[in-house]
Amino acid sequence: MSTRSALSGPALRMGGLVLALVLLCVVGIATTDGRFASIGNITTILSLAATIGVVSIGMTFVITGGGIDLSVGSVLGLATVWASTLSTQYMAEDYGWWVIVLTALVVGLCAGLVNGALVAYGRVPAFIATLAMLAAARGLAEIIAGRRTQIVDVDPFLDVFRGDLLGLPMIVWIFVVVAAAGWFLLNRTTFGRRTIAVGGNPEAARLAGIKIKRHTLYLYGLTGLTAGIGAVMMLARTTAGSSTHGTLYELDAIAAVVVGGTLLAGGRGTITGTVLGVLIFATLTNVFVLNNLDSSVQAIAKGAIIVAAVLLQQWFASRERATST
Amino acid sequence: MVDVDPEPTEQPAPQPLLRMRGIVKEFPGARALDGVDLEVRPGEVHCLLGQNGAGKSTLIKILAGAHQPTAGEVLLDEAPVTIPDPVAALRLGIATIYQELDVVDGLTVAENIYLGHELARGGVTRRSDAARRTREVMQRLGHPEISPHREVGRLPAAGKQIVQLARALSREARVVVMDEPSAVLDSEEVGNLHRIVRELTAEGVAVVYISHRLEEIRQLGDRITVLKDGRTVATGLPVADTPTKELIRLMTGRSVEYAFPDRPGVPEDAAPVLDVEGLGLGAVFEDVSLTVRAGEIVGLAGLVGSGRSEILETIYGARRATSGSVRVGGKRLRAGVDVAVAAGMGLCPEERKSQGLLLDEPVYRNITLSTFARLGRGGLLDEGAERAAAREQVEALDLRPASVDRDARTLSGGNQQKALLARWLVHGCRVLLLDEPTRGVDVGARAEIYGLIRRLADAGTAVLVVSSEIPEVLGLADRVLVISDGRAVHEGPADEIDEHAVLDLVMEGSVA
Repeated sequence: MSTRSALSGPALRMGGLVLALVLLCVVGIATTDGRFASIGNITTILSLAATIGVVSIGMTFVITGGGIDLSVGSVLGLATVWASTLSTQYMAEDYGWWVIVLTALVVGLCAGLVNGALVAYGRVPAFIATLAMLAAARGLAEIIAGRRTQIVDVDPFLDVFRGDLLGLPMIVWIFVVVAAAGWFLLNRTTFGRRTIAVGGNPEAARLAGIKIKRHTLYLYGLTGLTAGIGAVMMLARTTAGSSTHGTLYELDAIAAVVVGGTLLAGGRGTITGTVLGVLIFATLTNVFVLNNLDSSVQAIAKGAIIVAAVLLQQWFASRERATST
Repeated sequence: MVDVDPEPTEQPAPQPLLRMRGIVKEFPGARALDGVDLEVRPGEVHCLLGQNGAGKSTLIKILAGAHQPTAGEVLLDEAPVTIPDPVAALRLGIATIYQELDVVDGLTVAENIYLGHELARGGVTRRSDAARRTREVMQRLGHPEISPHREVGRLPAAGKQIVQLARALSREARVVVMDEPSAVLDSEEVGNLHRIVRELTAEGVAVVYISHRLEEIRQLGDRITVLKDGRTVATGLPVADTPTKELIRLMTGRSVEYAFPDRPGVPEDAAPVLDVEGLGLGAVFEDVSLTVRAGEIVGLAGLVGSGRSEILETIYGARRATSGSVRVGGKRLRAGVDVAVAAGMGLCPEERKSQGLLLDEPVYRNITLSTFARLGRGGLLDEGAERAAAREQVEALDLRPASVDRDARTLSGGNQQKALLARWLVHGCRVLLLDEPTRGVDVGARAEIYGLIRRLADAGTAVLVVSSEIPEVLGLADRVLVISDGRAVHEGPADEIDEHAVLDLVMEGSVA
């Protein structure tokens, strides 16, 4: 067991996030006479959270590893377009719905590996490399789609991914599985330990014999892959591929990750925190929508939450340092 | 009548321009300066001499306003002054030129010179004025070819130094402090630097000059102050009639006694484990060859900047060698740290915090940083095995507090070093490279770490140690290589050479 006291560190941080989520729910229940606390509405919140949630899990890894990926949103858009072109859909009709899934995943993975290669081996700063990918992927998506929305009518695909399982939408299950796998990967595998080491002190990791460049490549590949998974979910939710899908997802994902307690500087990451961060933002949106409030007011609230979360984190960090030395 | 002048000399001594009296500087847990006196006269080159860690850097940082003294006073023209920050130092006419050349690469020469006191009217910079004055200063420094509009980042090291000097002159500095200015220059540029220093002193500017090169001190200096262990041991020695032997005697002789373990001696037939041949790294060092046998401790002695740490890091593959080869157990290694680690090499780096540890991770994860993959199975971690391996080392090395779950940040310097040693003990090493193994470690823990290193060697590890503390290298190692200016100038058994001889070699580059 950890020697950290229960009143400091991760436990308290998680407690704060849960408290914030509960408060939001209380506000939701109090202001919407019954419309908030219905099975249907909860399902709506979870569906809203699912796609951005999967992308945020990938973002948690790349940030914990000391990087950043600004391209997840446009890579997601590109993957939806590529996986829904006429030729992809014809192939899916012939061979099965998995063609669409595979296309989206491969596009995401490849874009991520390009990012990773630029950052790790080309020594391009992560901010710049992924900013370039943000622009380029969106442009490529527009060229492929010709700025048109590509309707998906491969029924087996829609049947699988728009369906329900045990009362919950399929895309919510995908989020649950990705989050659980992400938690396991970060906390129980050598990959996760390397991620923390590379993000916490790359020089120490390198001098201990860890191949930090290769690991950085993998991290961006992983983030790209989650953008590909997000693309599959987006295709299912909207039944269309479009070059505008995923716009500003990078910022939503970074916000959820940081609010969740992952250090933007790297070296400490929490999947549980990210999931809570995603749920807080989705619930916030839902409460605002149910109250017919302006989306501009919602944006201000979102900004306030981000700042409050980071201020609280710094306060925790300084307290921890004060008590531990 | 009897003259009561405390310094009765033939000619009356000129009034000192700068005087520091009883300067004490305490850092948390350490006393860097413990009563330093310094007296600098106008128009002289005053050399500051002392071994690494003697307190020279701390002293000049106090002059530059970067540190505040805990006690003692600074007098300028015999009037006490306080120097709360670097801007105040410049305002008082004290300019410091650091070794690391603190110029802003992206700005032009003129912009650098007037950085912080821009020539401006109503917030708008007067570029042509600045350029004209810069041209004048450059003329005075003998470098009219450096244009005021040149970007500083594109100047060579010598050029950047000129810019720093120009900055000092533009502030009408009366005291110029130079920290090993010749270390970054080639011999022609050193000549020019000396010329500039002489011109400055001819105008009445006092120069405080730090250098390890005795030859240079002889050429340039007027008087010498020697620091040792944070104290002034001699002040105002005239350069002309102080013999080198005397200077070295003043600089050496430690007040602290170290307990070094016995040297059992390396058997004649011990197999060479680490074999380095003709290793070079650009302009940093060249043609370094050495062999470390199983059970042997080899020490590299040399001053900061001599290339010691770089040699270690290049052997380890953390820097890409430009020539030469490294062999472990006869097998030549490709470049790359992972290759070196796989071949059984381990490095405890000089900067433990920035290069060695994950400060916010528990001790056991720091200890298993190079073995967690091996302790796990199929990509899964086995934290139970990690804790057990770490706990075993924590007990064996008497690491305190004896908890493997505390964050590494909370450990003292000595215990952090033990954690790093434990990392390689868990890994199992044929070759262990140690860079400054006792920096920031208190005296008691030092003896423990020396004992530990010796036990590792006795168990058959080949150990290569770098230290700027010469007594440490001589006391711990079986064999010593003396490094000066990136070359090995001496190799021999550690018990056949003493601190004086090593310093002589380092400072003169040849046996005295």
